[in-house]
Amino acid sequence: MEDPTLISRLQFAFTIVYHYLFPQLTMGLALLLVVLKTLYLRRGDETYNVAARFWGKIFAITFVLGVVTGIPMEFQFGTNWAAFSAFAGDIIAQTLAMEGAFAFFLESAFLGIFLFGERRFGQRVHWFSALMVFLGTWASGYFILATNAWMQNPVGYEEVASGGVQISDYWAVLMNPYVFVQFAHNQGGAVVTGSFVMTGLGAYYLLARQHERYGRMFVHVGLVAAAVASLWMLFPTGHIASEQVAEKKPVALAAMEGQFETETPAGIVLIGQPDVENRRIDNPIVVPAALSYLIYQNWNAEVQGLEVFPEEDWPDNIPLLYYSYHVMVGLGTIFIAITLVATFLLWRRKLFESRWMLWVLMLATPFPFIANTAGWLSTELGRQPWLVYGLLRTEEGVSPLVSSGNVLFTLIGFAGMYLIMGLLYFVLMVREVGHGPEGEQAPSGESLRPPEGG
Amino acid sequence: METLWFVLVAFMLTMYVLLDGFDLGAGTIHHFVAKNDQERRLVLRSIGPVWDGNEVWIIAAGGTLFFSFPLLYASSFSGFYLPLIIVLWLLMIRGLSIELRSHIESPVWASFWDGMFFLGSSLLTVFYGVALGNVVRGVPLGENGYFFQALWTNFSPTNPNPGILDWYTVLTGLLALAALVVHGASWVVVKTEDELNARARRAARISWMVLVALTAITTAATFSLRPEMLSSFSERPWGIVFPALAVVGLALVGYFGFKGRYRAAFFSSGAYIAGMMASTAFAIYPNVLPAVEPENSLTVYNASGSAYSLAVGLAWWSIGMVLAAIYFVLIYRLFRGKVSLEDDGY
Repeated sequence: MEDPTLISRLQFAFTIVYHYLFPQLTMGLALLLVVLKTLYLRRGDETYNVAARFWGKIFAITFVLGVVTGIPMEFQFGTNWAAFSAFAGDIIAQTLAMEGAFAFFLESAFLGIFLFGERRFGQRVHWFSALMVFLGTWASGYFILATNAWMQNPVGYEEVASGGVQISDYWAVLMNPYVFVQFAHNQGGAVVTGSFVMTGLGAYYLLARQHERYGRMFVHVGLVAAAVASLWMLFPTGHIASEQVAEKKPVALAAMEGQFETETPAGIVLIGQPDVENRRIDNPIVVPAALSYLIYQNWNAEVQGLEVFPEEDWPDNIPLLYYSYHVMVGLGTIFIAITLVATFLLWRRKLFESRWMLWVLMLATPFPFIANTAGWLSTELGRQPWLVYGLLRTEEGVSPLVSSGNVLFTLIGFAGMYLIMGLLYFVLMVREVGHGPEGEQAPSGESLRPPEGG
Repeated sequence: METLWFVLVAFMLTMYVLLDGFDLGAGTIHHFVAKNDQERRLVLRSIGPVWDGNEVWIIAAGGTLFFSFPLLYASSFSGFYLPLIIVLWLLMIRGLSIELRSHIESPVWASFWDGMFFLGSSLLTVFYGVALGNVVRGVPLGENGYFFQALWTNFSPTNPNPGILDWYTVLTGLLALAALVVHGASWVVVKTEDELNARARRAARISWMVLVALTAITTAATFSLRPEMLSSFSERPWGIVFPALAVVGLALVGYFGFKGRYRAAFFSSGAYIAGMMASTAFAIYPNVLPAVEPENSLTVYNASGSAYSLAVGLAWWSIGMVLAAIYFVLIYRLFRGKVSLEDDGY
C-alpha cells in the first residue's frame, strides 16, 4: 500500500459509491413526491398528502446524508487529483461550478420551504417547492454527468502548449452526445431505486398488516413507476448506451463482455469467471451469436476481442469490470420480470392477496442500489486506464506531493465516519418505518410534523 | 478579466462567511446561551431553513475558484490536504448534528448532537481563520506550483517550511472565532426572545470586547510579519476604504450593542467581516497564493483559466447569481421574524 495513486483511487471510489447510495434514492423519490402532491391536489384525497409528508421525511433524512457525503467529492478533485485538476480544470470546473450555481442554490432554498413551510404558505406553494426540489436534484445530476461524460468522451477542447487542455466550445461540452444517454439512463436508474423502495415498503406494510391503506397506495404508485423505469433502463437507454460504448470504447465493451478473442459471430457470456492470465472464461454459459446480434443487429457480425488492442490500453481490472457489467444487466433483467408479473397481478386485482409476490417485492428493495452501483462501476472501470479517455492516464492525474500515508489516513477516517453514518441512517429509517405514515395525519400536533430540514 | 474573477471569487467567499458565519457563530454559542431543550431547539430553528443554503456558498465558491483559477485550486487543495479533509469531516459532523438532533426524543441523543454541533461549528470557524492566515503568511510553493504542508512544524511563521498551524495562523483562527461569535450572537438576539435573548446579548457584548482586542493584535502581527502587505495600500490609496469599513463596522457593532439595537449590530458585524475579507484580498492582490519564495507565488495571471472559459463563465455565473439572489431574498423574507416552537420545524 505505498502507491498514492492506488489509495487515492480507492478513496475516491469508496466515497463516491457510498455517496451515490443517497442521491439515487432522493432523485427517484423527488419525482414520486411530485406525483403524490399532484395526486393530492387533483383528487383532494388527504391520504396522498399524508403519504407525501411521510416520504418527505424519508427524503429529508436521505438528502442530508447525500449532501454531507457529497461535499468531499468536489474537494477531492483538488486534494487528491491536483494534476488532473490543473490539466482539465478549464473544462470540468465549468460544469462543476454550474452545478453549484444552478442546482444547489435551487434545491437548498426550496427544500427549506418544502420542509418548513407547508402550514405557513399553503398547499400550492408546497406543491411548487416539491417541483423545484425535483428540478434541482435532477439538474444537479445533469451537471455532474456532463462532467463525467467529458471524461468518458472529451469534446470541445483544444490542447495547449504548456500541457493540459482548455475549453474551445462551451456548448459542445454541455451537449456532449454521451451526456444525454448517461442522463437518461442514470435518472431512470434513480427512479428504479425510488420506486422499488416505495413498493417494497408498501409490500412490507401489507405483509405486516400495518398501515394497510398506505401499503396499497405505495405498492400501486411505486409499482407503476418501477415497471416503466425498469423497461426504460433496457430500452431505449441501456441499448443506446452499450452501442455508444461499442463505437467509442470497443476495448471496454470487450472487457465487459469477457470477449478475449475476436469471433464471427460472437456469443454472449451469461455466467463465467474471467481468467485474464490465460485469456479465457472459466465455466462459461454462452448464448451463441447473441452478442453479434445485440450490438450490430446481425447474427453473423464480427465482434472484436481484447486481443486486437494493445495490452496497456486494457482496463486495469477486467474481472471487476466484467462482474459489474454482468450484475447490472442481470439485475436489470430480473427487475423487468418482477415488475411485469406484479403489474399483471395488480391489473387483475390479485396483487394484494398474492403474499408470495409481496414477499418478492419487499425483498427486492436493496437490489436497485446494487444495480446502480454496478452500473457506475462498469462506466468508471471501463474508462480505465484513462482518467480522461485517450488524453490523460490515471496515474498522471494524481496530486504530485501528497504522500500515500496521508491519503491512507484520510481513507481510514472516511471509512470510520461512513460506518457510523450508515448505522445512524439505518436506525432513523427503522424508526420512520415503524412510525409509518399514519403518524402524519394530524399536521397540527408538535411531534407529528416533519421535524427536519435540508 | 482575471482581476474581475479574483473579485468575484472573493465576493463569493465573503458571502459565505457573512451567511454561514452567523450560523457557525450560533452553533458556537448555542451550548452556552441556550440552557434547556426548548431553547436549543429555538436556536436550531432560527437557522434551520437557511443553513443549508448558506453552506452552498462555499461549494459554489469552491467550484467558481476551480474554474476561474484551476492552478490555484489544484495547488492549494493538494497542499492543504489534511486540514481540508478535516474541514470536510467537520462540515459533515455539523450538518448531521443540526438535522438529526430532533429525530429521537432522548436527552442523551440530543446532548450528543449538541456537543457535536458546538465542536463542528467552533472548529470549522477556527480552521477557516487558520486557512486565511496561511494565505496571508504565504506557503512554501515550489517552482512547479505545488507544495505540501504538514499540520504543524515548529509553530513559527518565519520558518521556511511552515506548518498549517503556527502562532500567527492560530491567532487568525481565534480572530475568526471571535468575529463569527459576535455575528452569530447578534443573529440569535434578533431571532429570539426572553432569557435566551438576554444571554445572547451578553455573549455578543463580551465577544465584541475580545474581538476588538484580537483585531488590534492580529493587524499589528500581520504588518510586522508581512510588511509588504502595506504596499498595496500605498500604491492604490483608495483601497483604504476596506480597512475603514472594517473599523467603522466594528465600532458600530459596539455602539448598536450598547443601544440594544441588535438588527443594526448584526449588519454592522457583517460590514466588519466584509471589510476584513476585502482588505485581505486587496492586500494580497495580484497574488492569489503568496509563496514563501516570492517568485513562486501564484498570481491572478499565472493561475487563471483560459480567456474563453472566463468569458463564457461570466455569462452563466451572472444568471446563476441573479437566481440565487432571488431565492435568498425570497426565503429570508418568508422566514423573517422571531422563531417560536409553534411553527413547523425542529
